[in-house]
Amino acid sequence: MVAEAVPTRAPIKIAIRGVRMRFGAVEVLRDVDLDVREGELVCLVGPSGCGKSTLLNIVGGFFAPSGGEVRIDGEPVRGPDPRRIFVFQERGVFPWLTVEGNIAFGLSKLPREERARIVAHYVELVGLEGFARAFPDELSGGMKQRVEVARALAVKPDVLYLDEPFGALDSITRLQMRSELLRILQAEKKTMLFVTHDIEESVQLADRVVVMSTRPATVQRIVDIDLPHPRDLSSPRYLALRDSIFEAIGLAHKI
Amino acid sequence: MRVLARRRSSRLRAQIFEAVLDSRAVRTRKLLLSLSGVATLVALWSLAIALHPATILPGPLKVLSGVVDLARRGLLARHVVASLFRVTWGYVLAVLVGIPLGLCLGWWRRADRAVNPFLQILRPISPLAWIPISILWFGVGDGAAVFIIFLGAVLPITVAATNAVAAVPSVHLRAARNFGLGSRELLVRVIFPSVLPQLIVGMRVALGVAWLVVVAAEMIAVNSGLGFLIVDARNAGNRYDLVVAGMVLIGVIGYGLDVGMRRLERT
Amino acid sequence: MVSRFESIVLPLLLGAICIALWSLSVHWTGTKVFPSPLQVVRGVGELWRRGLLLPYLRDSLVRVAVGYAAAVALGVPLGLCVGWSRNLATAINPLVELLRPISPIAWIPVAIVFFGIGNLAPIFLVFLGAFFPIVVTTHDGVRAVPPMYLRAARNFGLSPAQMLRRVLLPAALPQILSGLRIALGIAWLVVVAAEMIAVDSGLGYLIIDARNAGKRYDLVVAGMLLIGATGLVLDLAARRLERVRALRWGFRAD
Repeated sequence: MVAEAVPTRAPIKIAIRGVRMRFGAVEVLRDVDLDVREGELVCLVGPSGCGKSTLLNIVGGFFAPSGGEVRIDGEPVRGPDPRRIFVFQERGVFPWLTVEGNIAFGLSKLPREERARIVAHYVELVGLEGFARAFPDELSGGMKQRVEVARALAVKPDVLYLDEPFGALDSITRLQMRSELLRILQAEKKTMLFVTHDIEESVQLADRVVVMSTRPATVQRIVDIDLPHPRDLSSPRYLALRDSIFEAIGLAHKI
Repeated sequence: MRVLARRRSSRLRAQIFEAVLDSRAVRTRKLLLSLSGVATLVALWSLAIALHPATILPGPLKVLSGVVDLARRGLLARHVVASLFRVTWGYVLAVLVGIPLGLCLGWWRRADRAVNPFLQILRPISPLAWIPISILWFGVGDGAAVFIIFLGAVLPITVAATNAVAAVPSVHLRAARNFGLGSRELLVRVIFPSVLPQLIVGMRVALGVAWLVVVAAEMIAVNSGLGFLIVDARNAGNRYDLVVAGMVLIGVIGYGLDVGMRRLERT
Repeated sequence: MVSRFESIVLPLLLGAICIALWSLSVHWTGTKVFPSPLQVVRGVGELWRRGLLLPYLRDSLVRVAVGYAAAVALGVPLGLCVGWSRNLATAINPLVELLRPISPIAWIPVAIVFFGIGNLAPIFLVFLGAFFPIVVTTHDGVRAVPPMYLRAARNFGLSPAQMLRRVLLPAALPQILSGLRIALGIAWLVVVAAEMIAVDSGLGYLIIDARNAGKRYDLVVAGMLLIGATGLVLDLAARRLERVRALRWGFRAD
């Protein structure tokens, strides 16, 4: 089944205007302007340490910018919010709770039956049936990552922020996790802002790729990925888009 | 128009503080906070004494004058030096015995298996419980006190050394062997630098223990030193101002020793 | 690799050698005072027959229990608060660091003034001995919680009180339990020392009394061994407890 591309008339979910960030004497972000539409998957790519994670943290409400503002659904961002959940690398999973316990973490206000129902649904959605009672230290990296995604989805957020979520996984697992993520998103459409330094990953996943410059980081180029899902990783269009991003970052694509 | 949005949450501010270099304002604030804690204690203490004038326990001012009194009589230096002297001897002995012992136990697993159970039995026996035996062996005096300090300090050092050796990553050892290092060189160039951080932490803990033990040992077995001062001041005339003065000095010196060791750790 | 068999045989072998050396040296030096291993064993038997063994043991354990429980009840919450609030930490830390090196034994004169000779003084000293390590290790445990957990908790909209209870405490628990175990060891050391000075029952008192009332060094050494054995049992029990907790939460605590 071919997934539909995001209609370009979808409302703007996240509006980033003129965001600047300074840590002491170091200017990390300068004049970042970006719009993310509802239902889009936008990837931020850039060299390591260029500030993309910082930007994500600002949008997520964990840092206050030195200047500029971020508005989600028109309201300024004031702090972290359960409507917009951050997905870390798998080390964000709580080791003292089972898989079920982790997924149910944000659901404490709900009655027990509903909670159990939701947890069961997401355990199945992320493909962890049979491991519901397991503890995180019995799980592989990829499985822990799924727990984290399930935990985030269980509270039905509008937006997901992913900060290099697959960074600690081996490359085979990473490929699997990418298609898993897309499959899960098929089931539940969300707006996603995704930070990665893996260019292939960004082209495989994103509707749009935002290339950030080196520090002080700013939006260097935005590349629309107009490929339908599932994406053919050998198609000329894929390769052309990928190469344009390589070029934007200034890397030669021959080793 | 660009709207500057400032966040009020103190958590965010704390994060930004971390990122920002320690400005002078931040440092003075920290200093004031530290002093306020101690100041509160002193204030409460004075208040308690003021409310119970009949008690024999002294207030802070009396304690301070007690310290000055000791200094004038030349006793301050004498007692402090006596305590430090014993600690040094006991501690140095503990280091000289404990480090090699710990390294051996860490290196040769069989030795560890054999000896460890005995260490585990000896560990819960307070060094003070050894006093009768040590008086039997060394008589009343410095020897007994030093022996007890030695006993108190040697176990933490040994345990730290053993654990540190066990924690040396085997990849380092294999790489060294690969480069053809003999056993002696291995010890000096690979093992020793690797165990040093953990070892120093153990030595700091042992110094703390040594200081705790010396005071207790002196209360029982000798006739000089801060521990003795506390007991003597009480027995020879209920001079509780001197008793508490002694306690304050013990705390301050112990704190100083600990800070000194931490400084050493950092280098 | 060392086998299970060796873990049992080697210590026994070493023990046998030590006991043999001990016996020989007592015999060889012809000392009338220092006991031989056999005399020590007989000493334990004597204590049992005289009905002193269990009561003394019980007294020591009760004092530890009360003082330690108080230290846990006060120390853990304080450690949590100090770990949570940077300001509180800066205010309280110097206080803790200054009071901590003062051996509980040095507090004895003050304790006697407040509590007189009796059970309360050793209990107070045990409390002092255990309180500071508990506060420090709890504080360290809280500081060591990965900030990521707290960020996730905030993200899910937890209030600070909920964060403390649902995230901070469970995350710090392994380290806190380890600190509690160490504090128990310290409590045992302190109670013995306190009993040598301030009371008239208990294992510490036994040692001092045995020496003073007749140079019964066999009882002295017997007492020391009992102290060592009891302390070891307490430590093993604490470790067992730690491991049960840790396993239940799927935590590998060293």
